[in-house]
Amino acid sequence: MVDESTRKTLSSIPLLQTKAGPRDKDLWVQRLKEEYQALIKYVQNNKSSDNDWFRLESNKEGTKWFGKCWYIHNLLKYEFEIEFDIPVTYPTTAPELALPELDGKTAKMYRGGKICLTDHFKPLWARNVPKFGIAHAMALGLGPWLAVEIPDLIEKGVIAHKEKSAE
Amino acid sequence: MSEIEKLRQRIKDLEQQLLESQCKSAAREKIAQMSSEVVDSNPYSRLMALKRMGIVNNYEKIRELSVAIVGVGGVGSVTAEMLTRCGIGKLILFDYDKVELANMNRLFFQPHQAGQSKVEAAAKTLQSINPDVEIETHNYNITTVDNFYNFIDTISTSSLLGGPVDLVLSCVDNFEARMTINTACNELNLKWFESGVSENAVSGHIQFIIPGESACFACAPPLVVAANIDEKTLKRDGVCAASLPTTMGIVAGFLVQNTLKYLLGFGTTSYYLGYNAMQDFFPTMILRPNPNCDDSYCRQRQAEYAAKPKVEQTLSVADADEGAIHEDNEWGISLIDETESINEGNATSEISTGIKLAYTVPQVVNTESQEQVTKSDGPSLEELMAQMKQI
Repeated sequence: MVDESTRKTLSSIPLLQTKAGPRDKDLWVQRLKEEYQALIKYVQNNKSSDNDWFRLESNKEGTKWFGKCWYIHNLLKYEFEIEFDIPVTYPTTAPELALPELDGKTAKMYRGGKICLTDHFKPLWARNVPKFGIAHAMALGLGPWLAVEIPDLIEKGVIAHKEKSAE
Repeated sequence: MSEIEKLRQRIKDLEQQLLESQCKSAAREKIAQMSSEVVDSNPYSRLMALKRMGIVNNYEKIRELSVAIVGVGGVGSVTAEMLTRCGIGKLILFDYDKVELANMNRLFFQPHQAGQSKVEAAAKTLQSINPDVEIETHNYNITTVDNFYNFIDTISTSSLLGGPVDLVLSCVDNFEARMTINTACNELNLKWFESGVSENAVSGHIQFIIPGESACFACAPPLVVAANIDEKTLKRDGVCAASLPTTMGIVAGFLVQNTLKYLLGFGTTSYYLGYNAMQDFFPTMILRPNPNCDDSYCRQRQAEYAAKPKVEQTLSVADADEGAIHEDNEWGISLIDETESINEGNATSEISTGIKLAYTVPQVVNTESQEQVTKSDGPSLEELMAQMKQI
C-alpha cells in the first residue's frame, strides 16, 4: 500500500507500546511520553533528511494539539495551521486531523476542516493499534493528503501563496 | 413627519403579521392524556388504534419513555421526527453541526434553516409538530474528552424520571463517534441501536446492541481492508460521501420501527437488519459478542450475561435460526458473493450466515526483540514537551 520512501520514513518512527487513552490517568501520561518521543524522533529525522514539514505541540493534558504544517510547491512554501483533539476512544480510533483554514475549499474534507482519511489511512491505523501514534498519523495520514490535495488546490486557484512567510 | 407616521404604521402592520404567523405556527395546546377517541382533532387517534387492532397493548406507555438521538443528520433528524409524531415522552438530541444547503438532498431540514445549529433547528420544528414531547438539545462533539463526560452524565440522568434514558440511537456518520457511543453504553450498560448508511448511499443497516448479549460495536469493527490500496486511488473526484433521501429515510424507518417494537414490546426486534438498495436485499441476523472484544466493559457485560439464567432467550433464538433455513429449495436459489474478499491467513471462518472476516487480527507477539519501541524511562513529559517546542 505504501511506497518505498514512505515505508522507510515509517520504519524510522519509533512504535508505541502503551495502549491508553486520555481517560486512563497514569497510563495516559506514559502514552503521552511515548507520543512525544516518537514525534521528536520523527521531526528530527525529517530535518536531517531535509524534509522538515510540521511542528506540533499540545496542551498540558495532551488532549488538544495544535501547530503548523507546510508544503513546498514550485519552490513556494504554503503553510497551514493544524489542530485536533485526542478522542476519548484513542488509540482505538485515530485522531481527526484538521486544517481549519481549508474548510470548504476541498471536497476531501469533513466539517471543521477535518481531512478525509477514511480510505487510505484508517484501515492501516486499525491494524496497528496501539503501536501507531500521532507521528504515524502525520506521516501516513496528513503527509499523503497534503501531497495529493495541495498541488491540486493550487492548480485550481483555490489557495494562493502568501507573501508574508518570508523566513 | 408624515414619513415617520407611515413608518410607524408599517411597523404596526408588520408586528401584526408576525403575531399572526406566530399564532399559526403554535399549532396546538399540550395534551395531558393520550386519548383514543376517533375525532379529527385528536393527534393520537391513529396511534391509539394500534391497541384496538391488537398490535400494541399499552401505547400510552410511550409518553413515559426517553430516547437519546446522537447525530441529527439525514437519518437522525427523520428518526427524531418519527418519534415526535409517535408522541415519545422525551428526546435528547446531540449534534455539533450546522444546517447547510448541501443537506437539502435529505429530508426534514428546510433551506431557511441553513446556518442554524442542527439541534436548535430540529428542536424548533419538532416542538411545533408535537408540543407534548419534551426536547433537550446538546450542541457539542461527543468524542472529545470534556464533552464525553457530559455525554455520559446526560444519558445516565436525563430520562423523564431523572434516570438513564430508555434507549440510545446512534445516527452518526463516523467511526469515532460510534466507538464513543459504544464505550459509553458498555460502561453504563445501556441498550442502543447503531445505524448507518454507506458512503455510496446504496446500502445501510441497523444493529441492536445489548451490552454482553449481542455484539458491541468494538466486537465486530467495520470490515475495512487495508491491503493493496493504491496511493492513486486516493485522488477521487467528487466528495467523500454520497447520500440519498431514500436510503436515509428507509434506514430511519427501520430504526424507529425497531425502537418502537423494543420499547412497546410488540413483534420481534431485529438484532441486525441490512439493506442493499442495488438488489433490494434485506439480510437479518444476530451477531454474538466477541469473547476477545477489545472493550473490557463489553467482556464484563458478557460475563454478567453468561451468569444470568435464560430460558426465554434460547427459545426465541432457536426460532430465529429456523426461520432462515429453507428445507426445500426447489429453484436452487443461492446467494453468490460478488465481492472479492482479500483473505489473509485463515480468515475464512464464518461468524454468521453470509458474514466473513475480512482480515484476522494479528497475533500478539513479543515485540521486544525486533521492533523499535519507545523507551518509557528517560526524560519526563514536561522535558519532552519543552524539547518538542524547541526543535
